[in-house]
Amino acid sequence: MSYTINVNGTPHTVDVDGDTPLLWVLRDTLDMKGSKFGCGMGLCGACTVHINGMATRSCITPISAVGQAQVTTIEGIGQSDTGKKVQEAWLKLDVPQCGYCQAGQIMAATALLNTHHKPTDQDIDNAMTGNLCRCATYTRIRAAIKQAAGLPTTDSREV
Amino acid sequence: MSTTQPIELSGAAPPSAADESVSRRAFLSVSAAAGGGMLLSLSIPRLADASVPLGLTDQPHQGSSAEINAYVRIAADNTVTIMSKVPEIGQGIKTSLPMIIAEELDADWDNVRIEQAPVDAKVYGAQFAGGSFSTPLNWEPLRRAGAAARAMLVSAAAQTWHVPESDCSTFLGKVTSKAGKSLTYGQLAARAAKLAPPDLKTVSLKDPKDYTIIGKSIGGIDNPKVVTGQPLFGIDVSMEGMRYAVFQKCPVFGGKVVSANVDEVKALPGILNVFVINPEGPTGLPDGMAMGLQSGVAIVGSSWWQANKALDSLKVVWDEGPVASQSSADFAARAQELSTQAPHKVLRSDGDVKGAMSGAAKIVEAAYSYPFVYHCNLEPQNSTAVFKDGKLEIWSPTQNPAAGKTLVAKTVGIPDDAVTVHMTRCGGGFGRRLGSDFMAEAAMIAKLQGEPVKLLWNRNQDLQHEFYRPGGFHFFKAGLDAQGQLIAFSDHYVGYENNGRASNSADLSAGEFPAKYVKNLELATSTMQLGVPTGPMRAPGSNAHAFVFQSFLDEVAHAAGKDPLQHLIDLYAEERAAPPPAPQPGKGPPAGARGGGGGFPMGPPFKAERAQGVLKMVGEKSGWGKRQLPKGTGMGVAFYYSHLGYFAEVVQVTVAPTDGNVKVDKVWIVGDVGSTIINPSGAINQCQGAALDGISQALGQKITIDRGRVAQTFPQYPLLRMNQAAPVEVHFRSTPNSPTGFGEPALPPVIPALCNAIFAATGKRVRHLPIDTSMLKST
Repeated sequence: MSYTINVNGTPHTVDVDGDTPLLWVLRDTLDMKGSKFGCGMGLCGACTVHINGMATRSCITPISAVGQAQVTTIEGIGQSDTGKKVQEAWLKLDVPQCGYCQAGQIMAATALLNTHHKPTDQDIDNAMTGNLCRCATYTRIRAAIKQAAGLPTTDSREV
Repeated sequence: MSTTQPIELSGAAPPSAADESVSRRAFLSVSAAAGGGMLLSLSIPRLADASVPLGLTDQPHQGSSAEINAYVRIAADNTVTIMSKVPEIGQGIKTSLPMIIAEELDADWDNVRIEQAPVDAKVYGAQFAGGSFSTPLNWEPLRRAGAAARAMLVSAAAQTWHVPESDCSTFLGKVTSKAGKSLTYGQLAARAAKLAPPDLKTVSLKDPKDYTIIGKSIGGIDNPKVVTGQPLFGIDVSMEGMRYAVFQKCPVFGGKVVSANVDEVKALPGILNVFVINPEGPTGLPDGMAMGLQSGVAIVGSSWWQANKALDSLKVVWDEGPVASQSSADFAARAQELSTQAPHKVLRSDGDVKGAMSGAAKIVEAAYSYPFVYHCNLEPQNSTAVFKDGKLEIWSPTQNPAAGKTLVAKTVGIPDDAVTVHMTRCGGGFGRRLGSDFMAEAAMIAKLQGEPVKLLWNRNQDLQHEFYRPGGFHFFKAGLDAQGQLIAFSDHYVGYENNGRASNSADLSAGEFPAKYVKNLELATSTMQLGVPTGPMRAPGSNAHAFVFQSFLDEVAHAAGKDPLQHLIDLYAEERAAPPPAPQPGKGPPAGARGGGGGFPMGPPFKAERAQGVLKMVGEKSGWGKRQLPKGTGMGVAFYYSHLGYFAEVVQVTVAPTDGNVKVDKVWIVGDVGSTIINPSGAINQCQGAALDGISQALGQKITIDRGRVAQTFPQYPLLRMNQAAPVEVHFRSTPNSPTGFGEPALPPVIPALCNAIFAATGKRVRHLPIDTSMLKST
């Protein structure tokens, strides 16, 4: 079936089954490899994209449910001021290890900062706990979110 | 891109030149590169004992004929291209090894480009990511490679200006003369390429105090691609006409397909082919972990989503085979039984353990166990393969491309040199991708399909078919004299075997600490036949043995009425003269290389002073014994030596009295990996990740075998998340030793430090992993 979806401001028409998850449309139909497959169950967050600005697990979002919504992916997030700041903070603090989860982390972090300009450690926990990092770069993810928000990068939970 | 992360390099010993253990025999060749630049090729005979990655025991020994190589290419536009020879799995090696070359070359880092080297043993020698080998294996040769290239550029400049070489100096990719003349490396490269290369033995190396690249925090070279979502990983490979595949194996390890509803599945939308694959005879390499192609059903589709969805309709009749009789519960019961019997094998027997125990003032006894653990690479196993005209080309996220190449060749029945392996960045390694089973599957499916095929495992397939960290059972006994001195120690370790050999990564070193430090000591093992594949997982062996040995030693300290930190410092003070276990001919490094004070094939022998050094320093940094902690909060300490790294760690934990919930408040790490931290940003990241990885294992990770299959699916496999990630403070103690690797050694001590902290907080001893919080509730 034919669907037209709006990704990073550009309409794309694809011919796929209606139950095909957005993730696989992005990756294999549109050849945008930035959003990652981690679990296919909405549990790891590697596939996180924004749908109308909301962090969404694309691996469990069928294409038929996307409609006319604005889809933003890691490939397009740098077009927004917040997304750009988050990417820059990730570079400045050298966050990645293997890097596989980081697209999803950046998408979740950008969604957080769009609604919480000065997030607390608790806000960060709430927004980021759905995104696994198997290399456990959580310390730097936390610091980079604060860096992007213009906050001191110290961890207020320090004993 | 530098980090703002604070870093502290402390300790009394000044950095010094590397130790002399690395061979200096070397050959250098140089040629003009395409486009008028210089291409420098270095080859150094590989160290004989360093040829096999840890965990890959029983591989045929390849002797010293294979070589280590590095390439530097300098273009006329001043671009310096450095080849990174080993796989990047998140350990940061693609950044740190080229930093070594660039430093001695005096390159301008802004002009350095890094390329992943092709897989070619003849040119690059050993190319694998395992055992934290990459830094110790390459530190010396790569410095000399960089220095040799620099010397040639200096010669070229001196000849151009008709001045002595001693009048020339280098800085940031330029040669400058005393008279103030200056030429860039790009301008000199063509002339330098015509010169004879210098003798690597005598080429002069920088004084470490002059380093401008080594020791500086440099962001991961691929970070800009990571944060913008550009293709990097195996799963991102794409090519014209590519098909997508899934492969379903029997839930029971070693089970075989009897029949499947092939025609029904083939009729589903988007499905192109369904292949029943039933390989004859053994398909792996002669190694416990190099498992090859297994029986299963391959579904090939025009999209991966459709192929994976078709699994819902796949019906297979399996012959489950003999492993279906194996279950974790039975192994636990059998281990208990074996613990009461004479051990199958005594690894070490020093002094008179029986006599000393019977004369002891106090006896401490405890039984410990730990489960099978899943690596859980976030990028599931995958490979993309093309089979054409008797040749196979494959793109894989592999830690072990050479073994993969051999396995793939064997699987599709072509010579090794008809296979080309491209290593992609790996979305996590942790030892899982030292096995090449997914490469064999992709290769066979591509051959059957006759078109390019990308094989991708779904998450539950990835969890239910891999090389697990083996579980194990330890039965300890210690004897203390009236003064609380540890005078006798014994461990009966009940582990697993496959047909008479310890299961991969399930062995125990005869040098395991406190061996050699306690006069009367016995280490013994018994084994149970296992049909579940096992393999190395980040700090193999050590990740389990650190938990049991360092926890039990904490029990001993408490029984002796001693401070646990001081107890460890005191224990490491009394080394008895005993040689490390000798490498066995035809085998990999001795098991002692993994920890416990055994020897390491390429490094200096274990030094108790370095253990004491990091222990004392972690005490200072954490405020050990000096801070008032509230009720329910406690601190624990542990030390472990593995992969040539000395790590002492303290964990502070708070346990909720109502439900026993464990909250890690903070971790302090002090590591000694020698004189130099090549890339502090990467090093700290590795330490913080390793500590949280270990805590993650301890808090929740467990694979249960039930009738020969894995009982869990992904939702039942909890990994540590942001809200559980404690702050981790990292310090390094610099000692005058050649630098060694970071991928593994920071992990093992964090688990016992955590469990020892729980004891300090609650008085309850964790002897079984993962931690059962229900037993930590206040009663």
